[in-house]
Amino acid sequence: MKTVFARTPTLKDWPTHYCPGCGHGIAHRLIAEVIDELGIHDRTIGIAPVGCAVLAYDYLDVDMVEVAHGRAPAVATGMKRTNPEMIIFSYQGDGDLAAIGTAEIIHAAHRGEQITVIFINNAVFGMTGGQMAPTTVLGQVTATTQKGRQAVGDGYPLQVAELLAVLPGAIYIERCSLHNPAEIRKTRKAIKHAFELQVGGAQGLSMVEILSPCPTNWRMTPAKAMQWIENELTKTFPLGRLKG
Amino acid sequence: MTERILMCGNEALAEAAVIAGVDAYFGYPITPQNEIPAYMSRRMPEEGRVFVQCESELAAINMVFGASATGKRAMTSSSSPGISLMQEGISYLAGAELPAVVVNVMRGGPGLGNIAPSQGDYFQAAKGGGHGDYRSIVLGPSGVQELADCMPLAFDLADQYRMTVIILADGMLGQMMEPVVLEKKPGRKLPPKDWALTGAKGRAQNIVRSLWLKEGVVEQHNYELQAKYEQVQKNEVLCEQYQVDDAEIVVVAYGIAARIVRSAVSKAREEGIKGGWIRPITLWPFPTEQISRAAEDFKIFLTVELSCGQMVEDVRLAVAGKAPVLFYGRPGGGVPTVEEILERIRQLTIPETSELHKSGLR
Repeated sequence: MKTVFARTPTLKDWPTHYCPGCGHGIAHRLIAEVIDELGIHDRTIGIAPVGCAVLAYDYLDVDMVEVAHGRAPAVATGMKRTNPEMIIFSYQGDGDLAAIGTAEIIHAAHRGEQITVIFINNAVFGMTGGQMAPTTVLGQVTATTQKGRQAVGDGYPLQVAELLAVLPGAIYIERCSLHNPAEIRKTRKAIKHAFELQVGGAQGLSMVEILSPCPTNWRMTPAKAMQWIENELTKTFPLGRLKG
Repeated sequence: MTERILMCGNEALAEAAVIAGVDAYFGYPITPQNEIPAYMSRRMPEEGRVFVQCESELAAINMVFGASATGKRAMTSSSSPGISLMQEGISYLAGAELPAVVVNVMRGGPGLGNIAPSQGDYFQAAKGGGHGDYRSIVLGPSGVQELADCMPLAFDLADQYRMTVIILADGMLGQMMEPVVLEKKPGRKLPPKDWALTGAKGRAQNIVRSLWLKEGVVEQHNYELQAKYEQVQKNEVLCEQYQVDDAEIVVVAYGIAARIVRSAVSKAREEGIKGGWIRPITLWPFPTEQISRAAEDFKIFLTVELSCGQMVEDVRLAVAGKAPVLFYGRPGGGVPTVEEILERIRQLTIPETSELHKSGLR
């Protein structure tokens, strides 16, 4: 029998802890595929965030570290500066990167750190039970915006990709989505490009923001969650290459 | 560099760290330790090593975390308010069992305080500081030479026990100039860093983490940490003492306070008061046994600190009620003079004036 599809070696055979319809599994697989395709498994270090993806090392078979909430870009800086030959990537959610870790991501980009950042934006704090994130869209109901997010008082959704794109130290910023197979293929291409830049020694930070479904905290079916990304989330977070 | 040269404490410790093989320095400016990042910004690139001026102390300690996770020798330095910001990272370093060296050139607090010398961060350093049941090894040098000598020891201890080692200096030690000899000495034989993240080539992946969700695992992890800390307590206590055996009063002090105490006790001896002193060099592990032994023969213990009294609690625990333990100190940048301490020694030991005699304690 001919094998038409197989698990890529860097993706471990491990029962998932993610909820049904969650996007993390897709994102993990894309990263694992890119690592194997580029042949960088032996020299890659991944950084897991605080959030649902804290256990990313259970799925990704490369050397990995788990760090304090939001500090991944600082940890990545420490790693890359002392090990320029290694490929360093951080995997961060929107609470991690866009709330508590805002200073670290801005300054890592500002210094032009040669790292790759995978930013999973699902518009809520997932692990803690669906509280408002900086990326929560206006009107969105969360555990801490029970009448929907209001601009006055709760603030506007924070567009980190747009913020980073204006910094000279950020060389590649793209926003992608996992809401259908075509977008997943585009996401894979973007992740590959971000890693390739680092492999090629490009002088600066690359980040791929990925709009990712959280059906559990959005109180939707997985299918509905995908539609909501396409119809609602992309209005606030338009897809496409912002830089590079 | 084996000749005696005149250097301030901050620069001496920085050069000593370079000699000790520090691979990376990460820091954020704060007085009174600014000579350290300035020196490192020049010296580290000369050696082909890493210097990064960070956006915050939070970032600095996490850069140390990152470099250390790959097996490199990494350090940061700061002063009190900055060290407070690093506590999160120090707790994570303890949880993940990563080696790190952190220099705290203490200043007056709480809050922004001032930039004068202080020993107000003893509790924070010696008792944990961040969240969780953990310890850091704390060294309290009392001169520029000892400050420099602490650096290779700190890196060796950090690597040997996979712990954070804190150098607890103060603004005076950091700023004052003294002659020092800086030379490379053979270090300890250290275990291989087979846990480090160096790329999963020809081996299973390495994971550096502090989260363990399965029931009982963090409890077990804590027992293992405690067992390690017991080894440190057993093997690594450093302490200096002088004329304790025949002393009627023993003054306990560390760091810059011990320098002042030394002079005060010498003067007391000249006046016929039998004084001695004990100087803890490791503040954790604390020289509990040495102090406990000294308390076997009834003596008065006086602890002197540049604070409202923090180490004195550990002295009391060591003395365990066998003798009175008194305190003299000045917080917030106040530095006791030799005469102030001498006067306190007189008050406690001369029968006609002694408060202890009056209170019936003696």
